[in-house]
Amino acid sequence: MPQKNGAEQPDTSGSMPKLQRTKITKSSDDNEKKSLAKKLKDSEICIPIVYGNIAFWLGKKASEYQSHKWTVYVRGATNEDLGVVIKRAVFQLHSSFNNPTRIVDSPPFELSESGWGEFEIAITLHFHSDVGDKPLHLYHHLKLYPEDESGPLSTKKPVVVESYDEIVIAEPSEALFARVQNYPAVIVPRLPVGFTLPPVPMEDLDNRNKGDTKDHPLNQWFTNFSEADELLKLAAARQQVQAHIARLRRQLTLIDGQHQQLKAAAPDIYLQQGFCFSSW
Amino acid sequence: MDAKDILGLPKNALPIQEKKSKPPKESQRKPDGISREVYALTGGLAPLMPAVDVNQLKRKAQSDNEKITWQWLPFTNSARKDSLQLYHWVRVVNGIPPTGDYSFAKYNKSVDVLKYTDEEYEKYLTDPAWTKEETDQLFDLCERFDLRFIVVADRFPSSKTVEELKDRYYSVSRAILIARALSPGDVATHPLVKETYNASQETERKRALNLLLSHTKQQERKDVEVLAQAKKISEARKASKASEESELPVLSDIGSLGADKATADTVNPSTNSQIPSSSITAPVSETASVIASLRMLRVYLRSYALEQMVQAASSSAGLRTIKRVEQTLQDLGVNLKPKVPTKAVCAEHLELRKEILTLLNLQKQLQYKEAEGSSFREGSYTETPGTPPKQQSLRAADLDRTFTPDSLSIGGERFGKREQKRKGPAPSSPAQSKRPRKYKASD
Repeated sequence: MPQKNGAEQPDTSGSMPKLQRTKITKSSDDNEKKSLAKKLKDSEICIPIVYGNIAFWLGKKASEYQSHKWTVYVRGATNEDLGVVIKRAVFQLHSSFNNPTRIVDSPPFELSESGWGEFEIAITLHFHSDVGDKPLHLYHHLKLYPEDESGPLSTKKPVVVESYDEIVIAEPSEALFARVQNYPAVIVPRLPVGFTLPPVPMEDLDNRNKGDTKDHPLNQWFTNFSEADELLKLAAARQQVQAHIARLRRQLTLIDGQHQQLKAAAPDIYLQQGFCFSSW
Repeated sequence: MDAKDILGLPKNALPIQEKKSKPPKESQRKPDGISREVYALTGGLAPLMPAVDVNQLKRKAQSDNEKITWQWLPFTNSARKDSLQLYHWVRVVNGIPPTGDYSFAKYNKSVDVLKYTDEEYEKYLTDPAWTKEETDQLFDLCERFDLRFIVVADRFPSSKTVEELKDRYYSVSRAILIARALSPGDVATHPLVKETYNASQETERKRALNLLLSHTKQQERKDVEVLAQAKKISEARKASKASEESELPVLSDIGSLGADKATADTVNPSTNSQIPSSSITAPVSETASVIASLRMLRVYLRSYALEQMVQAASSSAGLRTIKRVEQTLQDLGVNLKPKVPTKAVCAEHLELRKEILTLLNLQKQLQYKEAEGSSFREGSYTETPGTPPKQQSLRAADLDRTFTPDSLSIGGERFGKREQKRKGPAPSSPAQSKRPRKYKASD
């Protein structure tokens, strides 16, 4: 039977018609898939994150080398579970700490320590294999003391420094898309109608959201980042600049017109100038 | 005393005689081999690294076994034809005066000017424009003055130009050489034979040089402008070629960006529209390559992506322009790096930066036009009657800080007053009244 042994025997006469038939029926599907796959190519998956530290002064319990208790972390911007894309986070602390390379294998990706000094912490995010092989680096300067140096230190009100950023996954694969689309930590673009994704294995759904920070003990100090303010400012600034540009353009055309006039009005003057170098 | 406090050292009671005796200056006086005053010039402290090894100094002549004296002795110069004897100081080593010719005699070089016989003249060297007498005089002067043609021309009895003299001399010498040579091949390598003197070309060249030297400043400026424009045009051509070659499949949105900018700029009819379009084709290809490199990364941070795009967009701008863009952003109250870099915020930020670049370009153009306008007026002998002397000359200072934080306030009257101070003796032409309105935020 040519179909089954098609691979063994290079017998074109038997297997060809079958192949041709299957090709014809699947061609329209392939085209559809290709255009949808292309659309997937142009899209990106976005994971908004916030990283930073919260530091409490220890007050009476403070010693010379342990004056503050601090926590450095990477969390989802809306406090959702980041474990969907991040496999582990590595926090590189100052060399004066024991085991300065701290690995956190599961969400919430955070690290608590006590100390007295401020230094730069290198946070390396390692992703699941379907996201990518290369890790991403974040840098955060640990802040323990408030900006206002003159004020008294309080044990109740911590120093909080957070930075917002977004992890962008360009050209995600269909499998990744399927896996992450139901996780609230991830922002996926709208898919075209009729796009079918491979099904998600059921175990994942159970473990969902176990690593979120919605009920984190420190979540009262988390900053709520909103793009609205910045967008407004940018829009206003652009308007101003555009208005200014329009005015300058008007003035340029005005001046051009005047120059034309000057040139037209006095041609012989320029002729004279050009030939003022007679023989010497 | 306070230092000791901080360090926690006990304030040991210095012996009281310390105060009575002068504080020892020994530690400060450490010169070895240089006088005290010179040492004080260095601030009284020894330099950290010795600039010159002290052992190298002052040792040269002392350890010699020879006795050096200086004597006033006579000498002769072999370069002189007479036997004049002059005197000078001579360094005598161990009683033996130096031998050898006068050291400057070797510099007495002269040119070998060929001498022709009368027969040779009759045979080869006659020329309608030159008499034998003149030619003889020329050669005599050339020999006397070592081919310094300027001097020869000066001394030549009948007035002939330097080029004519040179021409005659070289052609005569050449003719003699060829005539005397046993075969043409012998003298083919002689420089006089190899290169001919082209009198007309020389005259022309010198005339052109003189013209160039006597250019006025205005003409120099024009030349520089024309050269700059030519350079920009050639760069634009190169950039458009490069962007064509680096065409990537996913250029749809960048393409529309570029098209938008191109159409916006062609509204401006001035010749300098070459500048904005050329400066935009280059960043367009840069941003395309940035996007490609980001896709290669697969996973990246949006703040990093924005940084790269900003760099690409300002790749054609110099450091000064970039600083001005940042200053403008600050004046507008916008963060240089967005605090919440979402997709929309980053896109808006990038667009804003590009618009500011356009704005700065336009300001520069305006300044150029201004300068051009004033040079027109400088050059013209008479002022054409229709045009008033000072046009809407926007001073460069006005353009620099266009978005001072004050201007953003809604109360425009405050700014209006500032404007009036800066106007000074303004002529009451209708154009001037446009200026204060330029800065109102709500327009």
